[in-house]
This record gives sequence, structure tokens and C-alpha cells, in this order.
Amino acid sequence: MLRTDVENPDYFHKVVDCQWACPAHTNVPEYIRLIAQGRYDDAYIVNRHSNVFPGILGRTCDRPCEPACRRSRLDEKPVAICRLKRVAADHKSDIKDRIPKSPATKNGKKIALVGAGPSALTVANDLMPLGYECTIFEKGPQAGGLMRINIPSFRLPAEVLDEEIGYIIDMGVEVKYNTPVDSLKELLDSEVYDAVFVGSGAPKGKELVLPGRYDSDQIFIGIEWLESIHFGHISSVGEKVLIIGVGNTAMDCCRSSKRLGAKDVKVIARKTRKYFKASPWELEDAEEEQVEIRENLSPVQFVYENGKLVGMEFEEFHSQEIDGKLVQEPIGKVTIPCDTVILAIGQDNAFPWIERNIGLEFGKWDMPVVDKTTFMSTQEGVFFGGDAAFGPLNIIWAVEQGHQAAISIHNYCSGRPVGDRPLSSINLTSTKMGLHEWSYSNNYDPSKRQKMRHIELKQRFSNMTTEVEEGFTEEQVKTEVERCLNCDVQTHFTDSQCIECDACIDICPVDCLTITQPGEEPELRTRLTAPATQYDQALFVSGGLKQTGRVMVKDENVCLHCGLCAERCPTFAWDMRKFVINLPLAGDPGAQRQPVTAGVGA
Amino acid sequence: MSYILKPKVHHPSLQKNAVGLTRRDYEGAISTLCAGCGHDSITAAFIQAFWELDIEPYKVAKLSGIGCSSKTPAYFLREAHGFNSVHGRMPSVATGAAAANRELVMVGVSGDGDSLSIGLGQLCHAIRRNVNLLYVLENNGVYGLTKGQFSASADPGSTSKKGDINSMEAIDGVLMALTLGATFVARSFSGDKAQLVPLIKAGLSHKGFAFIDVISPCVTFNDHEGSTKSYAYTREHQLEVIQADFTMPQEEITTEYAPNTTKRVQLHDGSVVTLSKVGEDYDPTDRDRAYSHIRELHAKGETATGLLYISPDSVDMMDQNEAVPEALYNQPFDILCPGSAELDKLQQRFR
Repeated sequence: MLRTDVENPDYFHKVVDCQWACPAHTNVPEYIRLIAQGRYDDAYIVNRHSNVFPGILGRTCDRPCEPACRRSRLDEKPVAICRLKRVAADHKSDIKDRIPKSPATKNGKKIALVGAGPSALTVANDLMPLGYECTIFEKGPQAGGLMRINIPSFRLPAEVLDEEIGYIIDMGVEVKYNTPVDSLKELLDSEVYDAVFVGSGAPKGKELVLPGRYDSDQIFIGIEWLESIHFGHISSVGEKVLIIGVGNTAMDCCRSSKRLGAKDVKVIARKTRKYFKASPWELEDAEEEQVEIRENLSPVQFVYENGKLVGMEFEEFHSQEIDGKLVQEPIGKVTIPCDTVILAIGQDNAFPWIERNIGLEFGKWDMPVVDKTTFMSTQEGVFFGGDAAFGPLNIIWAVEQGHQAAISIHNYCSGRPVGDRPLSSINLTSTKMGLHEWSYSNNYDPSKRQKMRHIELKQRFSNMTTEVEEGFTEEQVKTEVERCLNCDVQTHFTDSQCIECDACIDICPVDCLTITQPGEEPELRTRLTAPATQYDQALFVSGGLKQTGRVMVKDENVCLHCGLCAERCPTFAWDMRKFVINLPLAGDPGAQRQPVTAGVGA
Repeated sequence: MSYILKPKVHHPSLQKNAVGLTRRDYEGAISTLCAGCGHDSITAAFIQAFWELDIEPYKVAKLSGIGCSSKTPAYFLREAHGFNSVHGRMPSVATGAAAANRELVMVGVSGDGDSLSIGLGQLCHAIRRNVNLLYVLENNGVYGLTKGQFSASADPGSTSKKGDINSMEAIDGVLMALTLGATFVARSFSGDKAQLVPLIKAGLSHKGFAFIDVISPCVTFNDHEGSTKSYAYTREHQLEVIQADFTMPQEEITTEYAPNTTKRVQLHDGSVVTLSKVGEDYDPTDRDRAYSHIRELHAKGETATGLLYISPDSVDMMDQNEAVPEALYNQPFDILCPGSAELDKLQQRFR
């Protein structure tokens, strides 16, 4: 293994597991430290820079950061990163002055955005301060897209949506409400706009055509049903409700049913719990509301008596895991009584308004062909983002795709190649304050993850809008922020200073360090102080040390970032350095260097 | 010194030994020695060795005198017995402890000042008596606690941090132990745990006085260019003449050794020390040959390390005195004190 190149921005970035896992690369440790200091405004702005909607995401994000969190490899449960984001949003003061503004003199470029969901709003957020004039065409009466019409307000209150969407629209975005785009050709032919961004989502719920599907008015498609509740078209439901499917939409449907007065709500899953698509915490929240989740059932037909829907018939399976694979054998049929069935088995894209003869290519599954880096379609000047680009993902992905599309649109409108991406750069600053003092909280806090407080069931079920989660108390915030390991404060090693005294190796609580003979990575991993079997976690390998020619090896996997290696180092070969990665957004110049093409580490 | 304690959290793969303890269970307080001190590495080697030997900490007594080295028993085996004695007097206390409870695993930790200056006489007699004790001399060649004066083990010609040249002859603990009849004599280096840990294990299992001189650089006062006990100098000049592998009684010897260069010594408890790299002219069970070999290497500017001498037929102090095999402290009172009638009988023999 060659010496690890820590100048490669990816190396240390990957050590910050949460930030690396976040599609928008939110600087998580930094905002958690700011919350710890009570600097909620700053914490909010750090968040907003990357993810644009901290208050919304602090309640609804799918949190790819949390399963990645290093803490979960030491302590079972990750830091409550998502809900700490909400803390920043809830406790901030008036931050309007800190939101970027659109300049008085515009740059003369006009951008049309289709749909007012998170991706299009992000594009507007990035382009407005550069002087672009953005026009959003929204088919509904309000902005927010699925965030507003598909996520029930007991999870995401309307005020939060209004506030954060308002920050963007108030930059001077023109929003044409109740104005669906019926023809892309017309929009392009009007020649009003220099570029078009399509962020129209994946608005079509999947259908389940089984005998009896169309014989009742009590069979609904999940996202359409949620939308109808949002607009007040539906305000009641049968007493016994079956939800088919076990994704996050199914969770919203079953919990909404409870609030509309259903007494007996069952969610039906084809497979076993391990394979459920819903996030574990959403499943927990639903079960807390006395929703029953039934596994191993596959729908066969709707059952009627005297023309009235009375149940649904399922094929039942016996499941077992063989060699890590789920093997299901049918064991018979069951009928579960119900008054209402809601189908929540996924979403599809639909582009009936895009003509297929204007040069915009469609590929597999009738999806537009979109470049994965630039988000431009085969039609120059037409960009896609959010669920419209690559099918249903989560809000945080839509935001990141919006950021990337905005960079492309800016390039396109400035006459540069769209693939000309601004380069990231890194900054490392020592956190040393004294002989054994650091400018971050380096002690390991053994506290357990704080549990979110929920309001009582009775109060919850009284209406659709009472928010279930109460947020963390001040005490909980104080405890939770200290659980963060500050993974962005990096262990930085200077080969030439090491005298191989072993002090760092002896003090390391988690056996990360080894001084050993150099070797190739797979073999090296087997002869470290502790076996390095988490292969997705990098090894740092130094150059040859001057006294013996051996190398210092660090397994990044469970490093606590406690700084004890640096405290016990007599020569400052180890230092704790705060890592900041600058990931340019549209209009940021980016770093002046050659792009790095080598793999992470060495 | 660090303001935080070493966090209790550990690597997910941390193993337990035969008595159900992890290596972390053998730790002590966090060290207050200078960062990079060789003594801390020796502490880590102790932790590793005790863990590997499956010794329950409460069956161990740690003894020390005064000095940086003598602080270190606080940093390992927090649940063991301990005695921090007057300067240089640890061997006497250890002798007493060994006499009172021969079932304890005894480890004495001392430095070059505590052992070779103020406590020289004490050390000599403990060696002579063959007290069942592992005696580790953490040797850095300076009085670190009093700011870096030359100690009795400082080599002639080596310099202090300020540049003064030492003109006096050094006392070599290893040669001295050999002449005094020590039954287990070794030298090692704090920066070489692969060598040190098996030596500590063998020393703990040896019945009798096991002496290990460990070169342990003082980063603050004796790690400079003119030093002969710095990390760099020791790495350049140490020559491992004998490599000792230690195998516990229940373990199988799996390592393959080159023929004619290996010697096996079985210890009292059935464990085996396998000595390899032994040259043809060197026999680690021949006291005189060992002595001269170390001297020859020294003359060439090399420091011999490894298990330099071991006596296969060591008889420790308690056996020399035909003491009962069990601990004295645990004997019933009527055996410890047979009464005045027995005393009279005894006295009659001398009339």
C-alpha cells in the first residue's frame, strides 16, 4: 500500500461518515457543535447552505446519515442527527437577513421550472442570488410538491413548509399557481426561457389490478388518497382499513387512517420485516399508534358481499432465510375483513406533457435520458431533477440534484460546457489550544441516544394536524450533542516527526493504530492491533518511518476522535485537525487544481 | 497529562481471555508521565502479558519504590494489590510479601535510580535469595523526576540534554544480576513489545527471581543525540541474541524453529520457553558464557537483548527454606504457633 494521500479531498471527507453519506453533504459535526454552543442561527445557516430545508428535513428526512454514523458501530445507536437539525430550525431567531438575496440588476437570463417541489425550489434558491429570473409553473394552488400534499401535517406542519419555501420565493421567484405545463414543446417554442428545469416529481401511484379492483369506491391509491385528505376532499374512512404495501407512503396512509376515525388498521406486507421499505423509525411510530403490520401476505382478490367490499383475500406464505435469501412457500389462503383498501405499493413517473418528437430521448421504463452528473437531458437546455430525473427517491436527493442542476444551468447560460464542474477544496486547521487542550469537546460521552417525546395517542387522533413529535427538551439536546464524535476533527499524522515510541498505540481506547511492516491492504488488514474487517472503512498508511522503515497504520473504522493519540504524542506527529470541505454550488468559483481521479486513500 | 480519562468504550472485536476478562480490564489509571515515555509502553506490555496469561488481577501484588518508573504500577491492573515503598526498599517489602503469601503473583517495578543507586544493596540481596518475583528495571539512564541528572546506568561518554559528558563507569544491571546468581536474566526495549511481552510472561511464570532490564527512553531528558538510551540509539545498537517464545502449559507449540539454533526450557508450572536465534557459541543456560558474550557485544558497541540467561533448576527462597507449599498467611493458628510446649522442646535441642 502506498502512502495515503490525505490531500485528496475524498480521504478525510469519507471519515466524516454522516457528511459523506448525506447526498447534499451537510456539515453535520459542525452544526451539532454550533447547537452545543447555543448558536442555533449559525447551525441553521450551515444546514441551509447544503440542504436548503433544515426544518422540513429535520422532521422528514430519510436520514442516510444515521445508519452511516460512526457512533452506531460503537454504541448501537447513531447520533440523532436528523432531530438535532430540527432543534436548530425550531430555536433559531429571525434569520431572514442571512438568506441570500437576488441582486437588483438581473443577469438577463430567464429560467422556467416545472413543479414547485424540493428540486425546483433548490434550483431557484441557487440561481436567484446570481441574478437569474426564475418562473415556477405549479399545477396546484401551493408550493412544496410532495412535501406538502403527500406528507401528512401531523409529521410536517404547514407553517414549517411555508416558512422555508417562503425564504426562496421571497427572493423574487415568480410562481404561476394552478398552471400545469401541458406541452414542453410549447414552453420551448415560446423562446422566453434560456433553460428549463423539470422537477415534476413521480406523481403517479402504482395500480394493483386484481379481481374486484374497480367494483368499489372504497379502494384508493395511496398518494392520491393522501392528496385528497390534504385538500379536504376526504375526511372519513371505513372502520376497518387495509393498507397494501409497507413503504413510507404506507406508513403515512395507516397513520392518517387512524386520524380519520378508523378503528382497525392493518398494513399488509408481502415479505418479512427485514425487507420492509419503510424506515425503521416510521414503522415504530405506526406501531406505537396501534397499527398492525402483517407479514407474508400477497393480495389475490377483493371480496364482496351483496355488492359491498367486505374484505380482501391473500395468499399466505411461510418464510425462511436460506443462505441469506428469503424463501417463501405458499401455505394457503386467508381473507381479512375490511371496509377500505389503500394501495401503497410505489410510485411511477409520468410525462404525458412531454412530446416524444422534440429531440428529448426517453429510455428504459419510459424515463427521460438524463446525464447523472449534469442532469441535462438529450435536449440541450432542458434539465431534470428530483423524482422526475431517476424515479422516486427522498427529499434530500431532490435537493442535491437541484444543486447540481443549478451548476449546469449556470454553466449553460454562461456559455461554458455543462460538464465543467467546479472543484472542491479542503482546509485543515489544528484544534490545539494547549498541551492537552483542544478547541472541540474531545471526551467520549457514554450517554445513550435520546428518545423523541411524542404527544399522547388520544390527542394525536383528534385531528390531522397535531404534530406528533414534540422535539427534544433542552436537557436532551445537551446530552445528544455530546454523543457526536466530531469525526471532522481528523487525526493528522506527520511521518517525519514520529519516533515510534508506541504511546499513541498504547493509549488508543479502540485499538485503531498499529506500527508495522508495510504490506498490501488485504494482508495488512489481518495483522493490525484489532482486525480491520469493515472493508468500506479506509486504512490510513503513513510513509516509511525514519527509525525502522515501518509504517503507521490507522483503521478509521471506530476512531473516537478523542485526541488521546495526539495528547500522548511527544513530537506532535499526531495532531487533531478540523477538516472543512468546500463543495461549490452554482456561481462558486471552485478550487484551482487538477481534478483527482485516483481512488480514495491509497 | 491528559484532562480526560481513557474512555471505557472499546473495539467491537475485543476478546475475553480464559477468566472472562478483556485486555481493557487489566488497565489502571491514565498515565501522568510525559507523553512518549518508554515506561508507558512497558505498562502496555504488562497489561498484554497478564491478559494473555489469564491471571486474575486480585491474585497479583505490584510493588515499587520511588521514581517515574515506580509510579507505573498505578497504570495497570487496577484491581491488583499494590505497595509503593520507600525509595530503594521495594525488594525488602517484596521479600516479606513473598514470604507471607507465596501464592501471589509478584511483580516489582523499579528504575535505574531506585535499583542501582539508593536501592542497590536491596536488589542484590533479593537476587541472592531468589525471591519469587518478576523484577522489571525500567532503565532510562537519567533521574527524570529530578530533571535529568546522570543515573548509575548512564554510559560513560554519553551526554546530558545540556551537553555535559558523563565520565563515570555505568552499572550494568544484567551483568550484576548474573554475578549475583540470578536465575532468570533478560534485557529488552520498551519500543519492542514483540520481544518484551513474551519475556514478561516467562518472567512471571519463572519460579524465583526474574530480572528484566528494559531500556525505556526518557523522552524529556534522555532522547537526544548524545544519549545512548534514546529511541534512535537503542534501535540502532540493540542486538537480539536470543528470541524467547513463551508457551502456556495447556498450549501446543505450533511455531516451527530452525534446527540447531533452538533450545527449550520447561518452567515449574509446565509452561515452556523456546529460545531461538541462539548462536553456536552461546548457551543461555551457561552463566559464564552468557556473561562473556554480553561483554563482548558491549565492547563492540552493541547491546545484547533477549532472555540472556535462565537456570532450569531454580529453587526459590521459600523452597530453600523448606516452607510449607501453601501461603503462610492462610495457615491455621496452631500450625503457625505450635504453643509453648513445642517451643520448650525446640529449646531443649540447643542446651
